Amino acid sequence: MSSAELNHAQTSAPLPPHPEKATLEGRNKILGIWLLIGAETVLFACLFGTYLALKGSNMNGPTTEELFQIPMVAAATLILLTSSLTSVLGVVGMHQKNVKKVMLWFGITVLLGAAFLGLEIYEFIEYVHEGHTFTGSAFGSAFYTLIGTHGSHVLFGITWITCLMIQVARRGLTLETTPKLFVASLYWHFVDVVWVFIFTVVYLMGKVG
Amino acid sequence: MATLVVLLVFALFIVAILTGGYNKQMISRFRSHWLWEWLTTVDHKKIGILYAIGGGFFFIFGGIEALLMRIQLFFPDNQFIVGRDFNELLSMHGTTMIFFVAMPLLFALMNVAVPLQIGARDVAFPFLNALGFWLFLAGGLLMNLGWLFGGAPDSGWTNYVPIALNQYSPGSGIDYYVLGLQIAGFGTTMGGLNFLATIINMRAPGMGFLRMPLFTWTSFVASALILFGFPPLTAGLFLVMFDRLFGAQFFEVALGGNPVIWQHLFWIFGHPEVYIVVLPAFGVMSDVISNFARKRLFGYTSMVFATLLIGFLGFMVWAHHMFTVGMGPMVNSIFAIATMAIAVPTGIKVFNWMFTMWGGKITYSTAMLYAVGFIPTFVLGGVTGIMLALPPADFQYHDSYFVVAHFHYVLIGGTVFGILSGLYYWWPKMFGYKLNETLGKWNFWVFFIGFHLTFLIQHFIGLFGMPRRYFTYQEEDGITLFNQISTVGAVMMGVGALLFVANIVVSYRNRTSLVAGNDPWDGRTLEWAISSPPPVFNFAQLPQVRSLDCWWHEKMEGNKEMEPAEPLDHIHMPNDTPLPIIMSLGFFISGLGLVFRAFEVGVLGLVVVVVTMFVRSFKPDHGYHIEVEEIKATKKGA
Repeated sequence: MSSAELNHAQTSAPLPPHPEKATLEGRNKILGIWLLIGAETVLFACLFGTYLALKGSNMNGPTTEELFQIPMVAAATLILLTSSLTSVLGVVGMHQKNVKKVMLWFGITVLLGAAFLGLEIYEFIEYVHEGHTFTGSAFGSAFYTLIGTHGSHVLFGITWITCLMIQVARRGLTLETTPKLFVASLYWHFVDVVWVFIFTVVYLMGKVG
Repeated sequence: MATLVVLLVFALFIVAILTGGYNKQMISRFRSHWLWEWLTTVDHKKIGILYAIGGGFFFIFGGIEALLMRIQLFFPDNQFIVGRDFNELLSMHGTTMIFFVAMPLLFALMNVAVPLQIGARDVAFPFLNALGFWLFLAGGLLMNLGWLFGGAPDSGWTNYVPIALNQYSPGSGIDYYVLGLQIAGFGTTMGGLNFLATIINMRAPGMGFLRMPLFTWTSFVASALILFGFPPLTAGLFLVMFDRLFGAQFFEVALGGNPVIWQHLFWIFGHPEVYIVVLPAFGVMSDVISNFARKRLFGYTSMVFATLLIGFLGFMVWAHHMFTVGMGPMVNSIFAIATMAIAVPTGIKVFNWMFTMWGGKITYSTAMLYAVGFIPTFVLGGVTGIMLALPPADFQYHDSYFVVAHFHYVLIGGTVFGILSGLYYWWPKMFGYKLNETLGKWNFWVFFIGFHLTFLIQHFIGLFGMPRRYFTYQEEDGITLFNQISTVGAVMMGVGALLFVANIVVSYRNRTSLVAGNDPWDGRTLEWAISSPPPVFNFAQLPQVRSLDCWWHEKMEGNKEMEPAEPLDHIHMPNDTPLPIIMSLGFFISGLGLVFRAFEVGVLGLVVVVVTMFVRSFKPDHGYHIEVEEIKATKKGA
């Protein structure tokens, strides 16, 4: 952050049109999150590969066709994709310098994320009852690792966005909080995109064999 | 286990008392201690020095392990260190040298040189930079704790399953490997991300991509390889951890698992890793050769594109480590051809280095000696690499001492020579005085001859049939003399390394007579335009870069310093912070807890991590300003 920009942050002058990119620190953060998303893509690619290699190894447990219930997973997908939309609306609110709008839409994003997590936990409990466990077969290990890694990203995302909402409530939209919000919403989109692949590769392809 | 919990809670209690305001005097005593400044620093120059100390520390371990193995192999049927102990030595030697010596020492050079070479005041994420270092140290220490508690890892640096699973490796040895590398790997990934962002976003005005010094370029490509190469290792280590600690079945054939998955994940990381450690060394060589030949680097643009091509192809060749797994002739052929293709950009580089020296006014300083010694040594390693790239031939060489000789030629001839060259070259910039050149030449020649004595003969030991990782051989094998020559060479390398240490000590004592000044080598790149060691803000005014080798350009124009790109104004700097070391401590506690299967402690460590993340996010840290008068005073003092 150059000195002129910093002075700007400390006095309460009006925010520039794209406050998240107004400081070097903000620009660094945005580039940094894109790089992190690149690394995370590779991480998920490895887990997808492992899953595809092991998905037939269900041993005596249920197969993918027997296990997956598309309606519930479709509902979870819809919830998560909607949360991506609401986070976009939150960023729009940020650009309009409208704290209320930011709090509303990011709040809804967090709630939708939590609902998704709830459905996922319910789903896991169901599967365990049907004999599909983490330690029972290589398929089970690969399934729970892939979906669980995604789920932990969702958990991290909603915790992160909640923390940022508290900061916005305390300090308002500043040159410091706006890049954070923007970066968190980028991360949230990435988590959603990964889920689109999980829905296709794991659930849909699991149904058609 | 319960005792461990009690001890940890007690330790945390004490920490809370000391930091929680109960004892203000104690805190201020801590804060005024010189060590506090180093533990909390976010200055890239200091972090570079910390990385160098850390890498040097683990080099002692890795070196002793190597010497012990060579002593065991001095006589046929020797009983000095056999069986599992020998396996532990070779596993820890490989892992230590790659992850805890080569990588931190390269990060040391990158931290010292890259921000200065691109005209930046700091890296893009100073906090992450510090965190990366402390995570590396936490991971390295955790892994080496295995020597004290429960045995070190013993499944080779590649940690192949199923021998790394509970059934064949009971005890906690492999757990140290899995968790130590995981923690260090997080740190390395952050370091790579940080340097990518720094080089993309923080270049001085006029410093276009095709004006960056080659060391910055190779660091850039190596950082990209880190960013995309380390996640497969992270994924693979998680799978092994789940199998060992939580009863998953990824690699258990009886329950449908597949051990080859680990090999793929490991080598999708492992092959780019080879280029991660060698590309920055290429960069050092390019800068050093151009500097001491007093010529512009021959074929600069082709060097840049060769670097990018090597980085790209580095991801395309991992399965050449797995020719004998049985993937079939088609897969093997494709990977063989891709592997041989890498020889083309590498060849471009070798010729460019030689053409740079051609007709140059060469000074053989120690840095230059290492660079010149590197060229034939690395070519030898490259040629045996091409031999190994042919699947039918590889079936013969596989897992023999021929392979050991090959990768030591590349890793020592490339990486270690590069690091030593870089240390001699940038030492004056780091500390303000040069290293002693006479001792430096002794250091080079003893190390160089010792190296070839050790490893040239190992090609033949391998061709005569000695497999790698074996702790003994028979007298009638007829390789006793060869092994003895190799051991003598290893001792000589040890002496060479000690000469380097001696040089550091002697030069420190005589530092007043070795004072370097800003530009001791009559350099070409931006780091030589500022004082040695540089002030905390590096550049009082960001420089205007007007060409490749911009400092040389200004000198040829008759200028005494770089043209400033901005008026003199106060400078904003980040505050020092103890959070990175606390966060790393949390990871360390967590890792240790998981190794001992004390899952409460594992969770406790992660809680520490999460709490520090909250503190970092919620506590605004605006940094501080350096005022214009202070900058002027620093400038006059320098």
